[in-house]
Amino acid sequence: LGLALYTGSLCAASGTAFLYHDYCVIGAGPSGLQAAYFLQQAGRDYIVFERSHAPGSFFALYPRHRKLISINKQYTGKSNSEFNLRHDWNSLLSHDPRLLFRRYSRDFFPDADTMVRYLEDFASLLELKVQYNTAIIHVTLERDEQAWNGHYFLLTDQDRQIYKCSSLLVATGTWVPNVVNFPGSEYVEGYETVSINPEDFAGQTVLILGRGNSAFETAENILGVTNFIHMVSRSRVRLSWATHYVGDLRAINNGLLDTYQLKSLDGLLEGDLEDLAIVKDKKGKLHITLRFYLENRNTSAGINSITLPQDELDNFATRAPYDRVIRCLGWKFDFSIYNRSLRMMPGKGNKKKYPQIKPSYESRGTRGLFVLGTASHSVDFRKSAGGFIHGFRYTTRAVHRLLENRHHGVPWPSTVYPITQLTNSIIKRVNEASGLYQMFSVLADIILLRENATAFEYLEEYPVGVLAELEVQTGRKAPNGLFVIIMEYGRNFSGADKDVFYYNRAVGEAQHAWQSNFLHPVIYYYKHLPTEHEMRLRLPDWPLPHPDAVHHIVEDFLTDWTAPNAHILPLRRFLENCLSTDLRNFFAESCFLFAFTRQKLPPFCQQGYVRTQGLVGSEGLRRHAVQAGLLEDYALTDFSGDRPPDSRHGSQDQLLRDHVIPVRPLQHLVNTKDE
Amino acid sequence: MSAQRDRWVSSFFFLLFCASSIPTRGSARLLQELSPQEYFSSLQPGRASLAYFSHNVSPGAQPFLEQIENSAEALQDYGISVMKVNCPKEDVSRYCGKENAIRKAYLFRGSMLIREFPTDALFDVNSIVANVLFALLFNEVKYVETLADLHNIENALKGKSNMVFAYVPATGTAEHRAVMEAAFVYGTVHQFVLTTEAALLKDTGNDEPDVSSARLLFCHCQQATDPAQPCRRTAMEQALTMLNIHRHLKLMGAPLVTEVAEDPEKVSTIHLQLGLPLVFILSQKETYEADRRTAEFVAWQLLGKAGVALLSRDLVNLNILLRSNVALKTPDEGVPIKYLVLEDTGEVITLVEDKNKVEQIQEDEEEEDEEDKENNDQDIQDDQVVEAVSRDKKRELPLEQILVLTEDTFHSALLETARTVVLFYASWEAVSLAVLQSYTEVASHLKGTGGVLLSRLNCWDWPGVCTKENVTQFPTIKIYEKGERSVMYDGMWGTEELTSFIMLSRVSCPLKLATIEEAEGYLRGELPSELSSYHHTSVLGVFSTATSEAREAFEEAGNILSGHVTMGMYFEDDALALSRKYAVSPPALLLARSGSQSVEGIGLSKQSVQDMVQMIRYASLDIFPEITVQNLPHFLQLRKPFLILFSDGDISQMESEEMLKLAKGRTRQALVACWLNLKRTPVGRGVLKAYFATVPSLPVLVWVNLHAGGQVFKFPAEQTIAEPNILSWLEKLKAGLEIPSSTLSEEDWKPPLPAYDFLQMMEKAVPEVPLHTSHHHRDTPARHPPESSGGDVTVREEPSQDTKAEKVGSPGRDLRGTAPRLAAREKQGRRHSEL
Repeated sequence: LGLALYTGSLCAASGTAFLYHDYCVIGAGPSGLQAAYFLQQAGRDYIVFERSHAPGSFFALYPRHRKLISINKQYTGKSNSEFNLRHDWNSLLSHDPRLLFRRYSRDFFPDADTMVRYLEDFASLLELKVQYNTAIIHVTLERDEQAWNGHYFLLTDQDRQIYKCSSLLVATGTWVPNVVNFPGSEYVEGYETVSINPEDFAGQTVLILGRGNSAFETAENILGVTNFIHMVSRSRVRLSWATHYVGDLRAINNGLLDTYQLKSLDGLLEGDLEDLAIVKDKKGKLHITLRFYLENRNTSAGINSITLPQDELDNFATRAPYDRVIRCLGWKFDFSIYNRSLRMMPGKGNKKKYPQIKPSYESRGTRGLFVLGTASHSVDFRKSAGGFIHGFRYTTRAVHRLLENRHHGVPWPSTVYPITQLTNSIIKRVNEASGLYQMFSVLADIILLRENATAFEYLEEYPVGVLAELEVQTGRKAPNGLFVIIMEYGRNFSGADKDVFYYNRAVGEAQHAWQSNFLHPVIYYYKHLPTEHEMRLRLPDWPLPHPDAVHHIVEDFLTDWTAPNAHILPLRRFLENCLSTDLRNFFAESCFLFAFTRQKLPPFCQQGYVRTQGLVGSEGLRRHAVQAGLLEDYALTDFSGDRPPDSRHGSQDQLLRDHVIPVRPLQHLVNTKDE
Repeated sequence: MSAQRDRWVSSFFFLLFCASSIPTRGSARLLQELSPQEYFSSLQPGRASLAYFSHNVSPGAQPFLEQIENSAEALQDYGISVMKVNCPKEDVSRYCGKENAIRKAYLFRGSMLIREFPTDALFDVNSIVANVLFALLFNEVKYVETLADLHNIENALKGKSNMVFAYVPATGTAEHRAVMEAAFVYGTVHQFVLTTEAALLKDTGNDEPDVSSARLLFCHCQQATDPAQPCRRTAMEQALTMLNIHRHLKLMGAPLVTEVAEDPEKVSTIHLQLGLPLVFILSQKETYEADRRTAEFVAWQLLGKAGVALLSRDLVNLNILLRSNVALKTPDEGVPIKYLVLEDTGEVITLVEDKNKVEQIQEDEEEEDEEDKENNDQDIQDDQVVEAVSRDKKRELPLEQILVLTEDTFHSALLETARTVVLFYASWEAVSLAVLQSYTEVASHLKGTGGVLLSRLNCWDWPGVCTKENVTQFPTIKIYEKGERSVMYDGMWGTEELTSFIMLSRVSCPLKLATIEEAEGYLRGELPSELSSYHHTSVLGVFSTATSEAREAFEEAGNILSGHVTMGMYFEDDALALSRKYAVSPPALLLARSGSQSVEGIGLSKQSVQDMVQMIRYASLDIFPEITVQNLPHFLQLRKPFLILFSDGDISQMESEEMLKLAKGRTRQALVACWLNLKRTPVGRGVLKAYFATVPSLPVLVWVNLHAGGQVFKFPAEQTIAEPNILSWLEKLKAGLEIPSSTLSEEDWKPPLPAYDFLQMMEKAVPEVPLHTSHHHRDTPARHPPESSGGDVTVREEPSQDTKAEKVGSPGRDLRGTAPRLAAREKQGRRHSEL
């Protein structure tokens, strides 16, 4: 309220007409709406600006051929809604079961129009505050010591209306087409505008620039009617099923690979587009040549004076002229609207299409500016799913939780459990958590141990890149060590050149779990919260620094990690050894025996039986335990105190013999003295 | 000289082995001091002597003199006497007169001077002995400097005699001395050749010889027939000491293959005597020639490491497998001969050479086995609950009585019945499944009971409901009252307890009683009638109309204790009559335990809800209970010592009365008096066995303090269990006059077995990965100056990561594959030429 008053007075004093909100979100695409949902749920003062008249304007145009390549799995055989989100790549997170994408489409690869409709519903059903037809054309800062971040964000729209915000969430995605400039690039058609009617390509020879999903999608559409299609790109084709990165070429679009390798005239070429040049002949055919041939050209005469590669090398691959050249080179972030003072810098190398951000999704240049959605993909580019709906819906939630803690004193949500639930809570999460699964190696569950390891606090889906800042970012304390639960592929499994189908690729035995290749849970144990320095020193390919201990739960064909012996038992042993305790479960009868024969009790008895929550167990179960040699049946014992014939080695009996110190000799001594 | 030497050969070893044990010889001064005249007249023909001429002892010669003195004994063994000749001052003869002669020692044979040594060549006993013998054995030990010399000697010896070739890095060393001493003994048998040239070692087949260590090779030239071929050589593998050389030469001198025609157990050869194994090649008449060749081949391979004997089966009656072809006899006494079936000679050699290795391998295998066993142990389920549940997994539970809830049906189901019991569980979680079994038993007990619906909800299927219902642990049981509150079950996960809880919680708690009659009936356990079959304690709160505060607290306590006890409440105008009857003044509690006729009255002094709950809980505990697995926790919470009467079956009336007296008495505050029926609670036997190793004669009275010290005392068996006896015994315990039978272990509950050490496995498998880097830094963060801002640092770091990624991402910038080779090549070529 104080802040509102303050801003009100500020408004009056300056006399400028502006509208104030705590949070401004630019873009009502999936991530902007997702952020709006969380802000709304938390009751925050926010507004979303959308330049179009409806949400998801990108999806209204793209993909051009309208088929989304995010899977929309109707059935998993499970009813667990959290688990099912692992195989629903289109839904945004909300409490409303109506807003599950499978209620919108039955297609495994849905139509983009459905996404537009879904986003419209998401915004309207949840009554999100979106201001449409508002294009933010300029963003600048206003220094103010009182502001949350030392400055306010001033946003100007197309009508010169100014909006003032304490925190800016940029959810504009990447929508500026990547273009290349080379001699003759004026003959190139863009993916944005090229015809999607296959008939327009009948009997044509087509060259496609680019090797992403949009290039293959374009090729797929015209594959059946063209003479042939050639595709040129700097990089080799990266198949998503080999790289385990959904941004690489998906199998649904790879028809051209099929025809290329099955000698059907289509083909792939590698080369730097910057070196290309296109020359148009009199018939309107497009010839490929190299830029340096043009540079050497001394006259500006016609096509005949230009050297073509085939003049020197008569089997030059792309010597056949093309009817069309289509550019499908993807998109980049729109940097143009930010004032220099915001220092919105493009990333380096292959991340230059994204703005530079920290692993907390906050801009490197401006405090209080967070980048959400596709534009935030630099954090996990070519690794995880942060650039896609099924990934950034979770990172957006994480950003929201960071903001709640930073600005509203609401610590990261957590649940406190007794230590007896440690194994269970991990098993539960690794089996159903979708955020861990989709944002593997990026978001991690954190278990903060309480003193003496009698209880622990469970935090879900924290960005692991800012693990060192955990206490500040979450408002939770980690003085007694922590576990980090994360999911990983095998370190050398994924890659463009890797054979992911080799024999014995799957590890079956728990003792070799660390060699697991497929996505599997990994638990890191730290006695102390890693420092920033340690985070910087982490090895390449390691999401985390060197732990004090690590456990891999062996990969599972069904991604069902509930097998008592292969999954849960080794995990329990790991946890036990980290905490130096015994985490086994015991029947009440065993606890009774321990209570009378040992001064200390195992946690399960201490936190269960002693608190009158002992596990009595049915007669049948107790009999099984006796047969397994894990419980002694004293009812069978005869009076001489011999061991029951039935129990092979009553471990308990042994346990007791070892742990009760008989003082008989002493007594004996005393007796003889008396005599 | 030669005859004399022979004598020495025989006596030498005696000396060598015995001299050290007869130090008495050393007591006589071995260094004789003579005048020049005396010295020269004492010289005997053929006898060698080392002399040192001195004027008065010059200080510089003192250390040398000491060494000379020390070597006298060693040299005496070789018949060389050591003299110190004191030159008179005026003597200017040959040895005494020259100034520099003083710096030298002289070796004579008879009166003939053989060599003069500068004193700095005789720095210690080794160098003195080595150099003196080297000089004396000039013919027996040939010194060579070139390979040609060596080959010449070798060729000259072929077919005649064997050669001992020694390399020492320098003369005057211990090794040199050892070679010379050996040459003194064996010089007539073998030709000794010595070199200090490392280059000659290369010729011995050792490509990269270690020139810093001496080597000795035995060259079998006697048998060499081919002049073009070098003699066969057998290197000595041990260090060059006199003993080792002797041993080596002995072995070289032994026959290559010994033919044996007796029981191998009785056979003894020089090899066995020298501590080496003996390999028998078992032969038959038919294969004798081939076996002999095999034996010789093996013998050459094993020369110096083991002996080889050829045993003819036909001549010896061996009680062994016909298949066996090799036997191994070790020098260790009492170790029987091993008969083996080996495939080839390589195995025979491995058998001897890698005996250690073989043993190592066997041990490794055993270790591996042990490891495997350990791993297997790690793999074996040691959680009794998990194991029991998984052994039971194929049995189908009778779940018909239990309604399965889903996210969709959950809320509607709660509205259908007055009380809905919901078991929240996870279908993969063992404790949940164990409870589910008991739950089915509860369902069958309660079958037909109106107003109660038993249901279950699998949180693995419907996590949303469980989260909303605040279910954080598996299992959780909640009882939902239609349209009202819900109660979380916090009792034992047992059929009986849960059934009773469900039944008791059906009755409102506290129950408002309208008349005195109802109140009386309630105390008699007649009301509410549906609970008469359940063991429970009835608590009646009696309030006057003025005590509304206490009444509210009582009602609140009733909410908390609902299901565990039944609580009634009477606050009509005639409440005073009731309170007068039981001699309490309102607000007060009247307590009636089931099975007991008496009613206990307790005044309510504390009025907070928590205190009242605590009080009711405490008051409803039996005074002298039979302790069971199920009720122990209630008594454990009192944190008092236990006085337990263990009994096989029911206790006698007398014991019961005596114990009750005790329990009601003043000890009540100090301990929990109870009894344990071993028939009903057989695990009590486990307790007794832990205390006394065997189950003592019953009944037995035991005092144990579980909460402090863990001492266990046994009431003397000869005393009768009567209150006074027990009291006086307890007094003695208190006074520390009794000896505890045992003390409970204080040990912590550690992990039962180790976990897989994946970190170690990773480090082993990928050693280049310096996994420990961060580890090392952890303790020394101070070394790294704090960065001004974390953000900047990461910015700086990122480029490297990115450029790397880029490199990987774009393996080639040229048109590759089917693409023109020329384009790439030309492009580069032109660009370069342009530049």
